[in-house]
Amino acid sequence: MSLLDKLDAVAAARKALLPEGLDVFGMPIEEVYSATEARVGDRRILFLGTNNYLGLTFAPECLQAAHEALDREGTGTTGSRMANGSYSGHRALEREFADFYQCHSGIVFTTGYQANLAMISGLAGAGDVVLIDGDSHASIYDGCRLSGAEIIRFRHNDVADMEKRLRRLGERSQSTLIVAEGIYSMLGDQAPLAEIVRIKNAYNSILLLDEAHSLGVLGKTGQGLVEETGLIDGVDFITGTFSKSLGSIGGYCVSNHPQLDQLRYISRPYIFTASPSPATIASTRAALKLLRDGTELRRQLWQNSRQLYARLDALGYQLGPQPGPVIANILDSPQQALMLWKGLLDHGIYVNLILPPAAPEGKALVRCSVSAAHTSEQMDYVGNVFAELRESIFQ
Amino acid sequence: MSTDYSDILSRLCFHLKQFSSPDVVIVPETDLINELAIDSVKLLNLVMEIEDEFDISVPLNALADVQTVHDLANLIHHIKSAK
Ligand SMILES: Cc1ncc(COP(=O)(O)O)c(C=O)c1O
Repeated sequence: MSLLDKLDAVAAARKALLPEGLDVFGMPIEEVYSATEARVGDRRILFLGTNNYLGLTFAPECLQAAHEALDREGTGTTGSRMANGSYSGHRALEREFADFYQCHSGIVFTTGYQANLAMISGLAGAGDVVLIDGDSHASIYDGCRLSGAEIIRFRHNDVADMEKRLRRLGERSQSTLIVAEGIYSMLGDQAPLAEIVRIKNAYNSILLLDEAHSLGVLGKTGQGLVEETGLIDGVDFITGTFSKSLGSIGGYCVSNHPQLDQLRYISRPYIFTASPSPATIASTRAALKLLRDGTELRRQLWQNSRQLYARLDALGYQLGPQPGPVIANILDSPQQALMLWKGLLDHGIYVNLILPPAAPEGKALVRCSVSAAHTSEQMDYVGNVFAELRESIFQ
Repeated sequence: MSTDYSDILSRLCFHLKQFSSPDVVIVPETDLINELAIDSVKLLNLVMEIEDEFDISVPLNALADVQTVHDLANLIHHIKSAK
């Protein structure tokens, strides 16, 4: 098959699955009204599929900081962190992240995707092992591939399964990097961190925790699952993203291991890309302060999440195992998921559709992401629409 | 536990039966993806089952060259003999 024929096959497979004329992947947003509302075509829609957990994308403090940095330092750094791309803001944000986690040091990356690529490929290499949860985000899989280390998966959130695999590795468990997520992007459930830490200590492995979806969401000051569980000392490296609760774009890693700094000299996803723009860094610094002081935002976020989770659960939708801002509706077939997704959109609600092979276990997901900026009335409205659609979906 | 190739092959075929429709005959030349319709996600899950069945570690990287039932049995045999 020629290179282009392969892409034609992709197009044919998508066409067979998806209805004509419906932009399921890459919905064109014409105008953004607020953290929770936008215009698609000529209709107003409610965002219920963004990762804007704290609703900070229009926070006046962030906007102002970004405006000032833009005027002061220009639109982009046009260079790598290793060359001309380390402005005072980048370095300050690294210190602020380290301070936020009370860790030895931090590194800022251009995206969260690259943070995982950089950390996994910087830590593990040929001859080493990466042991990852089966439901890991694509950035974790890709980081593993880039590393050249041997990739072993364990069954999602199953610590006995994880331990069995570590045990089989024998002495190699000492050169094994275990990777887990604070809140899983697919089903919205949390990693059993206490057990994972206990096992990684027993086998002398290294643990990296991706707090992408838990930063700002879990813990008193929003550090994530490490704070919620009081286990920060048990985790070797924490990665995360600015693109969710911080409302911008970028990634980070913090650690108490002084060796973290050496990644700056060997990690390709850190070196061979331009650093985040000054405005991005400035808005992220402002957002990190708001996140840290965001007790009220977290209270609102959890209230909305619990309200919607309880409602959908009562309606008989099959959900992920744990309430939280990521609420995954698990459907038996792509057709069912598509019908629900389309029905929600027809009622002005935008959610994420996840079809096989991206969805775990060959299921299809309709994933809602709740924000602190949603109102209780909006959650009610969403619940009502789900109630109305139930009959036609499960007939 | 025997590490004999033919023993591994027969245990693997027994295992793969659960993934395929009853009328499919599995032979060493059977193509996992095209004939047994084991897509990338199913293959990842199959690897975990194989690891448990044979008590070995099968790194996903090793799957790059695996296309047929024979390839997979060979890989398992190789890993088991190296233990
Ligand atoms: C678990 C997880 N890690 C990392 C990322 C990547 O983040 P970013 O959007 O900053 O590239 C995501 C985002 O989708 C994610 O869900």
